[in-house]
Amino acid sequence: MLAYTLRRIGSAIPTLLFIITIAFFMMRLAPGGPFDRERQLPPEIEANILRAYNLDKPVYEQYFDYLINIMHGDFGPSYKYLDFTVTDLITTGFPVSLRLGMSAILLAIFVGVFAGTIAALKQNSVFDYMVMGTAMTGIAIPNFVMAPLLALIFGVYLSWLPVAGWGGGAIAYQVMPIITLALPQIAYVARLTRGSMVETMNSNFIRTARAKGLNERIVVIRHALKGGLLPVISYLGPATAEIITGSVVIEAIFDIPGIGRYFVNGALNRDYPVVMGVVIFFALLIITLNLVVDLIYGFLDPRVKVE
Amino acid sequence: MVPEDAQIIKGRSLWQDARRRLFHNKAAVVSMILLGTIVILAIFAPYLSPWAYDDPDWGYDFPGPPNFELHHWFGTDGNGRDLFVRTLFGARVSLLVGILATFVSLLIGVTYGATAGYLGGRTDNIMMRIVDVLYSLPFMFFVILLMVFFGRNIFLIFIALGAVQWLTMARIVRGQTISIKKKEFIEAAHAVGVSNWKIIFRHIIPNVLGPVIVYMTLTIPQVILTESFLSFLGLGIQEPLTSWGVLISEGAKQMESSPWLLIFPAVFLAITLFCFNFIGDGLRDALDPKDR
Amino acid sequence: MLLDVQNLTTRFHTHDGEVFAVNDVSFHIEPGECLGIVGESGSGKTQIFMSIMGLLAKNGTAEGDVLFEGKQILGLSTAQLNTLRGVEFSMIFQDPMTSLNPYLRIAKQMTEVLVAHRGMGEKDAEKASIELLDLVGIPESKKRFRMYPHEFSGGMRQRVMIAMSLLCQPKLLIADEPTTALDVTVQAQIIELIARLGRELNMATVLITHDLGVIAGLSDRVLVMYGGRIVEEAAVRELFHDPQHPYTRGLLDSMPRLDDSSRASLYTIPGQPPNLQALPDGCSFAPRCTHTMEICRKQRPLLQKIAAGRTKACHLENVS
Ligand SMILES: Nc1ncnc2c1ncn2[C@@H]1O[C@H](COP(=O)(O)OP(=O)(O)O)[C@@H](O)[C@H]1O
Ligand SMILES: [Mg+2]
Repeated sequence: MLAYTLRRIGSAIPTLLFIITIAFFMMRLAPGGPFDRERQLPPEIEANILRAYNLDKPVYEQYFDYLINIMHGDFGPSYKYLDFTVTDLITTGFPVSLRLGMSAILLAIFVGVFAGTIAALKQNSVFDYMVMGTAMTGIAIPNFVMAPLLALIFGVYLSWLPVAGWGGGAIAYQVMPIITLALPQIAYVARLTRGSMVETMNSNFIRTARAKGLNERIVVIRHALKGGLLPVISYLGPATAEIITGSVVIEAIFDIPGIGRYFVNGALNRDYPVVMGVVIFFALLIITLNLVVDLIYGFLDPRVKVE
Repeated sequence: MVPEDAQIIKGRSLWQDARRRLFHNKAAVVSMILLGTIVILAIFAPYLSPWAYDDPDWGYDFPGPPNFELHHWFGTDGNGRDLFVRTLFGARVSLLVGILATFVSLLIGVTYGATAGYLGGRTDNIMMRIVDVLYSLPFMFFVILLMVFFGRNIFLIFIALGAVQWLTMARIVRGQTISIKKKEFIEAAHAVGVSNWKIIFRHIIPNVLGPVIVYMTLTIPQVILTESFLSFLGLGIQEPLTSWGVLISEGAKQMESSPWLLIFPAVFLAITLFCFNFIGDGLRDALDPKDR
Repeated sequence: MLLDVQNLTTRFHTHDGEVFAVNDVSFHIEPGECLGIVGESGSGKTQIFMSIMGLLAKNGTAEGDVLFEGKQILGLSTAQLNTLRGVEFSMIFQDPMTSLNPYLRIAKQMTEVLVAHRGMGEKDAEKASIELLDLVGIPESKKRFRMYPHEFSGGMRQRVMIAMSLLCQPKLLIADEPTTALDVTVQAQIIELIARLGRELNMATVLITHDLGVIAGLSDRVLVMYGGRIVEEAAVRELFHDPQHPYTRGLLDSMPRLDDSSRASLYTIPGQPPNLQALPDGCSFAPRCTHTMEICRKQRPLLQKIAAGRTKACHLENVS
C-alpha cells in the first residue's frame, strides 16, 4: 500500500510540472505581450514595465523564476487588478468557490448514488424510468442554460430566491448555484451507479450470496454496494474537474466572488498571470484530488494492492 | 453450412439486427427526426426568413418580442436582428463545430488507439500511460488558455476541442483492436506479409466501427456543449458570427426584460443535445444488446 | 425421496421470443446418492437447478412441481427460500474465479452464512468455518481464512466454495460443472473431494457436467439432457456399456480415451444444438442423428421406461 501511494505521488508531480511548463511556454509563445492592446508607450516606460514584470530576462530564466515563485505560492502580480497579486485573488476567492464546490459534490454523491441504486434494484420500473429520464435532462441541459432558467423561474417570476449575488454567503444565495452546479453531476453519478449496480447485481458472486440464503438486504448492502460504488469513487476525480469547470460559469452567472469569476475576467482581459495562476491552482487541486481518490480506491478494492 | 458463409451471414445480420433494434427505439427515432429537422432548417436558414442574420430591422423594437406579421417568429435581439435567423445561424456554427471537432478527435483517437493496441507491448504501455496522464488534466482550462493566448479564432476552436476529446476514443479503439488482433483473419493477413499499416487501416479500423460510431455520436454533443460554454463566457465565437452559446449568453443578460432571447436558443441547444444523447444511447443498445 | 422434480418447465422471455430452456423435466434424488447430469452446453442443465434454487434470471419463469422432502419449494417467496438455500441444499458454480465476492475476505463470506442461518456469534462461526476449510484440504487454513479471493488459485477457490456450501450441513449439494474452469490436474482432485464429502457426510450430490468422463466412476445414476429435455436415464455402468440413445452414444464416442491411441482425432457429434426458441415438432436430435427415421421428424419420442431404472426418449428399438 505504501509503495502504491508513493508511486501515485511520484506520477502526480511530473504531471503538474508538465502542466506548468506547457502553460508557461504557451503564454510566452503567444503573439504579443500583455500590454500590446493599450496605446503605444514610450520605450523607456515600456522597458520599465517589462522589468517590473520580469519580462526582460531570457525565457528560460523567467521559467525557472516562475517555477520557484510558484513553489512559494507566488503567482506574480495581476496585470489588471493592479494592487493585487494573483495569490491574493486566489485566497479571497477560494473559500467561496470551495464552499459551493464541496456542497455540490456532496449533493451529487448522495442524491446520485441513492437514485441510481434504487433505479438499479427496481430496473425497468416507473421509478427507474423517471430517474433515468431526469438524469438525461440533467446531462443534456447545460448548467449555463439551467442557471439562467432557474434564476428566471425562482428568482424573477416566483421571487423565492435571490436572482444573483453572494449576500455574504447566506444560504438563500447558495441554493441555486449549488443546485445548478450539482445537477449534471447528480445525473452522471446516478447513471453510473445504476449501470454498475445492475452489472454487479447480475454478477456471479451475487448469485453465490443468494444461493447461500442471505436475505436480500444483506446481499445488496454487504455484497453489492461496495463493488457497485467503486466506479463512483473513480468518477470523483473527473467530477471535481467538472465541478470546478462548472463553477467558472456559475460564478459568472450568479455574480459570486469566487475564483471562477476572477478567472473569467482575467481571460477576457488577457490578464496572463491571473489566468495562468488559476489554471495551475486548479490543476494542482484536480491532481491532488485524483490522487486521493486513487488511494481511496486502492484501499477499497483489495485487488489493487497486489498489482 | 460452410464456416465462411456463416461468418458472412452473421456479419450482415448483425448490422441488420442493429438497424432493426435502433428503429424500434422510439426515443432514438424521434431524436433522429428532430435532429434532421434542425439540420435542414440550419442548412436552408437564409431562404426561410426575409431577414438577414446580421442586419437590424430598423422598423421594430430593439429587442422586440416575437411578431408574426413582421416574420420575426422568435423576436429580435438587442441590436434589432431577427432571432429566428440568428438561432439558425447559431445552429450552423454549433453543429459545424461539433461535427468538425469530433472528426478531428476521431482522426487522432483512432490512429493513436489503433497504433497502441496493434503494436502492443512497451509502446502500448507508454502510449496508454500518456493518455492516463492527459486524462487527469483540466482540459477546459487549456482550451481557455489557448483562446486567451492565441486569440478567439474559429479554426483554433475546432482543433482545440477536437484535440481534447480524443482520449476516450483512443481507449475504446485500443481495447477493440487488442481483441480483434487475436482473431484469425488478422493473423492470416499477417502471415501473407501484409504490412502493419495496411492491417491497421484495412482490417482493424473497419472492425472497430461500431463502438466508434457510438462514441462519436456522444462526442458531438460534448463538443457542442464545450463550444457553447466557451462562447457563453465570451471566449468562443465572436461577432458578427454567432452560436447558441453566444445567443444564450446574450439572452441570460436580458432575461428579465426579454426572456425570449434566452428561451429560443436554449431550447434549440437542449433539444440538440438530447437528440444526440438519445441517438448515441440507442445506437449503443442496438449494437451491443447484452444489457437488455 | 429427498428431491422430487415433476414436469419442470423453464422459459425465458427475450426480445426475440420465448426460449424454452427446460422442457417438462421429471426426476428425483434419493438421500445420499450421487446423481450425474450430462449434456452439451446449452442443454438446460444449469437452468434446472437455477429454477429449483430460485436463482433464475429476471426474465425467466419456472413451472411444475419441485418437492424437497415432500414440501413444494417451487414458487416460494425469497424469504421462505432463504430458510432452505445454503441450509438444506447448497449449490456451487462453474466459475470459481468470479463466484466469490472479490471485496470481502473469505472469513466474512463464510461466517455470514452461520450467523444468518444458525444464529452463531462471530467467534464460533470462525471456528466452525476454519474446520471446514481444513476438511476441504486448504493448507494453512487459519491464515488463508483472512485472505481475499484473489489470493487463491482457481482450485483453492473452488475448495473454498465447497467449504462454504457445507457450512450448514446440507442434505443436498449441487455442483454445476465445478471443474470446467480448472486445470486438468486439479479437476480430478476437486471431483474426488466432492464425491468423498458426499459419502462421508451422507449428503446427496448432483454432479453436472458436459464431460461424461468426469462422472464415470463417481455417480450412481446419470441423466442425459438434450435440448432442455431428459433423453436417457441409466445407472452409470449401463450407460457406458449399453447407451440406448444415439445422442448418448455420440457423447461416449467423443470422450477422449487413454486406452485407444489409434483414434488420433476426436469424434464430435456433427451439427448444431437445437434452437431453443423454435424446437421442432419431432425429435430435437433428429437433424443430427445418424439413425433418423421418418417418424423422428414428425413425432417427438416420449421418455419411456425400458428396464428397471432405465428410461429413454427415442423411437429406435435398439441402438447398438
Ligand atoms: N436469462 C436468459 N435469457 C435467455 N436465455 C437464457 C437465459 N439464461 C439461460 N438461457 C438459455 O437457456 C439455455 C440453457 O442454458 P443452461 O441451462 O445454462 O445450459 P447448460 O446445459 O450449459 O448449463 C441456453 O440456451 C441459454 O442460452
Ligand atoms: Mg451450465
